[in-house]
Amino acid sequence: MLSGWGRVFGPGREVASEDVEAITRDATLTRGLARSYGDSSLPHPSDGVVASCRLADRILSFDEASGEVKAESGFSLLQLNRTFWGRNFAAPVAPGTQFITLGGMVSADVHGKDHHATGGFGAHVREIRMRLASGDIVTASRTENADLFKATIGGMGLLGHILDVTFKIPRIPSPWVAIETERMPDLESYLAGLKDAAGRFPFTMGWIDTLGAAGKLGRGVLMRGRWADPHEARPGVPQPLQRPGLPFVLPEFAISRMTVAAFNSFYYGIHPSSMRRKVAHPEAFFYPLDAIRNWNLLYGRRGFTQYQCVIPEAAGPEGVKSFVSLLRRTGGSSMVSVIKDCGDEGEGLLSFPMRGTSVAADFPARERVQQIVDTLNGHLIELGGRIYLAKDRFTRAEDYRKMDARIDAWKEVKRRYDPKGRLRSAQSARLELT
Amino acid sequence: MKVVTLGATRGIGRSLARLLAARGDSIHVLGRNQEDIAKCAEDLKVRGAAKVSTGLCDLMAPSIFGPALEAADADLGGFDTVILSAGIFGTQNELAEDRARAAAVLTANFTNTVLFCEEARVRLLARGGGRLAVFSSVAGERARKPVVIYGSTKAGLSAYLEGLDHLYRAQGLITTTVKPGFVRTSMTQGLKEPPFAGDPDDVAKTVLSAILRGAPVVYAPSMWALVMMVIRLLPRAVMRRVTF
Repeated sequence: MLSGWGRVFGPGREVASEDVEAITRDATLTRGLARSYGDSSLPHPSDGVVASCRLADRILSFDEASGEVKAESGFSLLQLNRTFWGRNFAAPVAPGTQFITLGGMVSADVHGKDHHATGGFGAHVREIRMRLASGDIVTASRTENADLFKATIGGMGLLGHILDVTFKIPRIPSPWVAIETERMPDLESYLAGLKDAAGRFPFTMGWIDTLGAAGKLGRGVLMRGRWADPHEARPGVPQPLQRPGLPFVLPEFAISRMTVAAFNSFYYGIHPSSMRRKVAHPEAFFYPLDAIRNWNLLYGRRGFTQYQCVIPEAAGPEGVKSFVSLLRRTGGSSMVSVIKDCGDEGEGLLSFPMRGTSVAADFPARERVQQIVDTLNGHLIELGGRIYLAKDRFTRAEDYRKMDARIDAWKEVKRRYDPKGRLRSAQSARLELT
Repeated sequence: MKVVTLGATRGIGRSLARLLAARGDSIHVLGRNQEDIAKCAEDLKVRGAAKVSTGLCDLMAPSIFGPALEAADADLGGFDTVILSAGIFGTQNELAEDRARAAAVLTANFTNTVLFCEEARVRLLARGGGRLAVFSSVAGERARKPVVIYGSTKAGLSAYLEGLDHLYRAQGLITTTVKPGFVRTSMTQGLKEPPFAGDPDDVAKTVLSAILRGAPVVYAPSMWALVMMVIRLLPRAVMRRVTF
């Protein structure tokens, strides 16, 4: 049995090796650190086996002058940060966890707190070497097999097994972050605050309370940040933070509407009402959830799902507000629901982000989960938004089709490079992508 | 440090070499595949190693141990540390069926590992000592059904390494016997995972700190010191019955 981060298990087993070329020869899917929440990294039930690139993690080259890195697909963001922060280089995007591989970062075209400024990871990739369904190994870039390149960025690993990736990392003034934290009393002020900060800060993100009483709905904590200048930075290189873990899967009563509401009030309450500035450890700012190594055990035996969607700018703040109210009514009760503005759509044919507002909420995968996801999807389709495949476990194929007009173009490329539809995942079959 | 490694292209050896690189040590990578050691060297260079060189060496070919260490010595300008993490694994089921493979495991893990250590020992002692860290296994602590042949090679190796430490510590040669428990590497791929399994990067940290303090024996993850203490105490009647 295997699962993604959400611990909703399905059949399958993993084969990992330092030699990713060898294990992908017969595989129909490759996964990395299995941090996608749902079934993106699970093999199709009748395939049963998924290759893992997590042990193929060598840096193949680094050019200090241009900041270009070439590394095997299992090279993780954690290793990237540990290797390069000390030399004043950073990852080109700032996603929410460090436990992801290059292969995964390309396949999900991961985005982060800086999406409004730097786009998704794919925008910083120059070249991908991959093994196609035919077994052939090819190179894809903007000039070579450009159609394959675009379909692979955000393509959930369905076009080929990613072997290595060449991408650029930017120089930073210091590896510490200068941040501002501000409490926002309601959703309107929160959204306005995000918009205002986007023009001034490369990193913006925040947390909202989706359970607050009427009037307080969407109150939240907004964070904005930038790499600290050398004179502001703390001395030395940031050392890895300690990560305690949960000892076991928590019982299901640990996460209920009541405990979540209490947590949310507490979290809002501990933040001072006036704006605070400080210089923070980059791990603490970028990856607060990594602080507890296996926080996915919080949600009990049956696991959980994350619902993440983007609501297009055209829907306006009213759209976001109506969605958040629906989230509250359906019982998608969530600790730390995250709201973040996205910049322009990237080149990836299936990439998630588009100009608008992204909303993410975690809820347990219990009896009503399918109904909650269906309800949310119904409203999301009306608003013209779409879901993030790397988080999804429960969306229905007919709903997914209505969310993304680009699917046909992607499928055309998929047919060109994998006419027999050999490469697939549990998710791609569920969503009828393959 | 100026370190010679055999086995740094994979598994815990890879993680350990990266920690050395991050410290700014100089590393000579020995291995049997030219492309593999070249890629390993580039990886270590980017991760901060002061100087990286490579040389061909195969645990199955003892005649090249001496020349390979000579070449390493020349490249590093005199090494002070030797780390050997290469070896061959096979479950009892596999080795009981395949005599040739059993012979390879016995030869690589015991005979040739000892011969390699002898070559390293002579050179380290000649310069007044140094560090020798060799990967044995908890499998050598007590005979267990799933790893009878493999475990016996590691039992022999552990005995040899303990003897080296007794003999030469006073002369400055510090021998560290590394006894990994279950670690999630490609070597243990497909085996049923017991409790207290570790990840190579975490295990490598434990091992490095033991090498630096000159510990004669290190269990990694450290929890396995306790686990093995209990297993060593189990009576034969129990060991005959259990399947682990």
